[in-house]
Amino acid sequence: MALAFDEYGRPFIIVREQDQKTRLKGIDAQKANIAAGKAVARILRSSLGPKGMDKMLQGPDGDITISNDGATILEQMDVDNQIAKLMVELSRSQDYEIGDGTTGVVVMAGALLEQAERQLDRGIHPIRIAEGYEMASRVAVEHLQRISQKFEFDADNYESLVQTCMTTLSSKIVNRCKRSLAEIAVKAVLAVADLERKDVNLDLIKVEGKVGGKLEDTELIYGILVDKDMSHPQMPKQIADANIAILTCPFEPPKPKTKHKVDIDTVEKFETLRKQEQQYFDEMVQKCKDVGATLVICQWGFDDEANHLLMHRNLPAVRWVGGVELELIAIATGGRIVPRFQELTPEKLGKAGLVREKSFGTTKERMLYIEHCANSKAVTVFIRGGNKMMIEETKRSIHDALCVARNLIRNNSIVYGGGAAEISCSLAVDAAADKYPGVEQYAIRAFAEALDSVPMALAENSGLQPIETLSAVKSQQIKENIPFYGIDCNDVGTNDMREQNVFETLIGKQQQILLATQVVKMILKIDDVISPSEY
Amino acid sequence: MPIDKIFKDEASEEKGERARMSSFVGAMAISDLVKTTLGPKGMDKILQSTGRGHAVTVTNDGATILKSLHIDNPAAKVLIDISKVQDDEVGDGTTSVVVLAGELLREAEKLVASKIHPMTIIAGYRMAAECGRDALLKRVIDNKENPEKFRSDLIKIAMTTLCSKILSQDKEHFAEMAVDAIFRLKGSTNLESIQIIKKPGGSLKDSFLDEGFILDKKIGIGQPKRIENAKILVANTAMDTDKVKIYGARVRVDSMTKVAEIEGAEKEKMKDKVNKILAHGINCFVNRQLIYNFPEELFADAGVLAIEHADFEGIERLGLVTGGEIASTFDNPESVKLGECKLIEEIMIGEDKLIHFSGVAMGQACSIVLRGASHHVLDEAERSLHDALCVLSQTVNDSRVLLGGGWPEMVMAKEVDELARKTPGKKSHAIEAFSRALVSIPTTIADNAGLDSAELVAQLRAEHHSEGCNSGIDVISGSVGNMEERGIYEAFKVKQAVLLSATEAAEMILRVDDIITCAPRRREDRM
Repeated sequence: MALAFDEYGRPFIIVREQDQKTRLKGIDAQKANIAAGKAVARILRSSLGPKGMDKMLQGPDGDITISNDGATILEQMDVDNQIAKLMVELSRSQDYEIGDGTTGVVVMAGALLEQAERQLDRGIHPIRIAEGYEMASRVAVEHLQRISQKFEFDADNYESLVQTCMTTLSSKIVNRCKRSLAEIAVKAVLAVADLERKDVNLDLIKVEGKVGGKLEDTELIYGILVDKDMSHPQMPKQIADANIAILTCPFEPPKPKTKHKVDIDTVEKFETLRKQEQQYFDEMVQKCKDVGATLVICQWGFDDEANHLLMHRNLPAVRWVGGVELELIAIATGGRIVPRFQELTPEKLGKAGLVREKSFGTTKERMLYIEHCANSKAVTVFIRGGNKMMIEETKRSIHDALCVARNLIRNNSIVYGGGAAEISCSLAVDAAADKYPGVEQYAIRAFAEALDSVPMALAENSGLQPIETLSAVKSQQIKENIPFYGIDCNDVGTNDMREQNVFETLIGKQQQILLATQVVKMILKIDDVISPSEY
Repeated sequence: MPIDKIFKDEASEEKGERARMSSFVGAMAISDLVKTTLGPKGMDKILQSTGRGHAVTVTNDGATILKSLHIDNPAAKVLIDISKVQDDEVGDGTTSVVVLAGELLREAEKLVASKIHPMTIIAGYRMAAECGRDALLKRVIDNKENPEKFRSDLIKIAMTTLCSKILSQDKEHFAEMAVDAIFRLKGSTNLESIQIIKKPGGSLKDSFLDEGFILDKKIGIGQPKRIENAKILVANTAMDTDKVKIYGARVRVDSMTKVAEIEGAEKEKMKDKVNKILAHGINCFVNRQLIYNFPEELFADAGVLAIEHADFEGIERLGLVTGGEIASTFDNPESVKLGECKLIEEIMIGEDKLIHFSGVAMGQACSIVLRGASHHVLDEAERSLHDALCVLSQTVNDSRVLLGGGWPEMVMAKEVDELARKTPGKKSHAIEAFSRALVSIPTTIADNAGLDSAELVAQLRAEHHSEGCNSGIDVISGSVGNMEERGIYEAFKVKQAVLLSATEAAEMILRVDDIITCAPRRREDRM
């Protein structure tokens, strides 16, 4: 096929070395792509919902990740297939944009592909299917907007935020203490949120984990936690009302950037240099002392002599603090990062009510708490847990919850979870389908079917009869014309998601539908896959 | 149309039943591996390293065994991880936690086979673990108010911990030693300040806790071997060439005389430094870094004892013991706090000379000298003692204690059984299974001791039916007895950590339904 003939009947080659390449064309290419996409979706399908299972991933170095988070699973999976890579991208972009619903979006895309396959078998052109999906997704997004509800909250009354975060956390391994974790997440977000501008800078929330203790010990610290200890073992372990000098210059003799040499050729020069050296250290410490600092936090190391001088002058110090932490400390304490000793002034010092060192377990592990800061706009979530994988998974779960809380502050519209929104959309899309003349009608119906697959997967994972449950809920929604009925995953006994307090964010849901549709459209448009063969 | 492969070469995926199977099998294999080391009559393992020299370790400590294993099974790695955490957190119970997690999974496998969903099992396990913890909390003994009783509690805990180790022959001796050492820490959990010095030779019984402090160093030649009322300066400073630290400085000379001059100046500088140090009015100088011959000679001339190359922890401990501060500059002698002790002398242990500081002021740190027949014995003794010290230091902070000998497990099992009867639904099966897993710990302990476990456990269960029973298995005499009378105690914190970590790990493994293994990273063959 890759061979063509010119007007003189001579063959010429279009694809070079084609016998070494595999090539799929036309309907075969589409079928193969769809199959690959479906395979990825199938892996994630069982992770959906509160009764979803986890995946264990063994990395190339034998390290183990156990996760339930779609984006994490897909990222760690060693995927080779191009289409599968698209699905991985899809989940990642949901993660970047919204932070939650990363599993749902892949399951949704998988369902759309499955339906598309059926339409292809009917002989509908892929572009027509893609167009139909596009129309349907518009209908669905508008419908979501219609059924969404606004809820009110403010800094003191955040119950509804906690409820939404709990919905997110209930599908993770941490659901044992979802209430307290959700509260931590909400409090953390509210602490750093700018409610006026409706914006949250998640960089201000640091999530730290330390193995040991139990999940219930996880706490929110209104301040910064640094995984460092005092530079000299005999420095005080606790400082009240600390004035913090935040330095990015080492306690060492200066190193000019330009290349230079100091030649010592006489005894006098040797002596002067010696004096000079001592003076340097003395001046550095004295400068810190002069501006009234009671704690020095430094990005670099200290010379032994400087270290002792600091200790001697009763000036506790912390060394080798990372750049990110340093910035956070500066934000939290209202201090300025000082790059040179000469520029130290009392105004540039940060203030903290309490700085203390705390040790953990039987090994020599200490952490530095900086609390009661002048500007409380930086908080730390400190996670404890039985083992490393647990901590990692908790970190991811907290991240999801933080994102959800942030999204709610940006846009306080919610839809109901448990598949209720999907079912309602499916009904709306189905009804809208009849209005479209032409082949697209079929594609729109297929879209409605695909929407059903999310609640179906939820029911399946919860051990319910998927078809029976879904049809029961669907008829209930139509009969009472209320979009709140969803799948009762936790066996509470009611389908009303308002009563169960299962909420999801509107933007999250909309984004899921839009992203999934886009990817599916892209996959459908491919009709030729050329890949280099194995070598 | 068959699906093209999604994963890269060599990457594999195991799904559903097979994934669960592989993690169950892996976890149980690990738990069976360490099972035989549980309890006072547990056996040891020999570990041979693949590295050069094929070093051999003989141990009974779960965490040490598991740490040295090369495991490929992901679920097994989870168990190894919890054992490591248990070691870091509380120090003891590293075997129990793995055995309990393994038993929980074994029970779960049966439940899964009888078509109970893993999520239901997890829910049941959680309820059971909560209930078990509450049951223990109700029965804890807290003697913090009464220092004498508290001390005896601690000794009993130490003895219980030690009795499963190589030190079991001299457990009273070592228990006393460990408790004394812990009391000197005064509530700090920093075990770094307890120095354990291992010297082959003699028998384990000859091990002792030193009142003062021992530094494993030699005294410089020509310096006094014995100093009374010593004033010690603890320092961290370069005593070799003392380079000019200013960047880019270098010596450049054009004649031999100048070399000599500079050398002279260098010497002068060192001499200055030594003089400054001497100006502190000391008669002992301990430095973390090297001391070259020249300054050493100067110190010897001044009649000052100079000790070089004490490692960092040694310096820190010495600072703690003598109450001196670690100095690096010596310009203002009046404000540097010096360490003090009554007597410094050189002592001999076996064939080695050590420096002994006695009559120290603060005494927050101490040294334990272990003696034993071989390096293997000493290593194992150190690990055992370390376990005991860890447990004790944790108990000092959380003074709640429990009875031992399988008593806590039976108490929990009883409460959990009670809960199972009250709980409606499928969860009750899981709760029941949890109680069975708990009972398997005393069963294993009895089995390892060569006792009739079925008989003993049944007897124990019957006795526990009455309220407030203190019975447990006394492995030494091979019978069921009152644990309070026999003085077998365990720390609450250890038991709680075992229970919670094991449940958490089991839960984590149960939740998995899909294992994806990436292709191993290729390493360039350097061979």
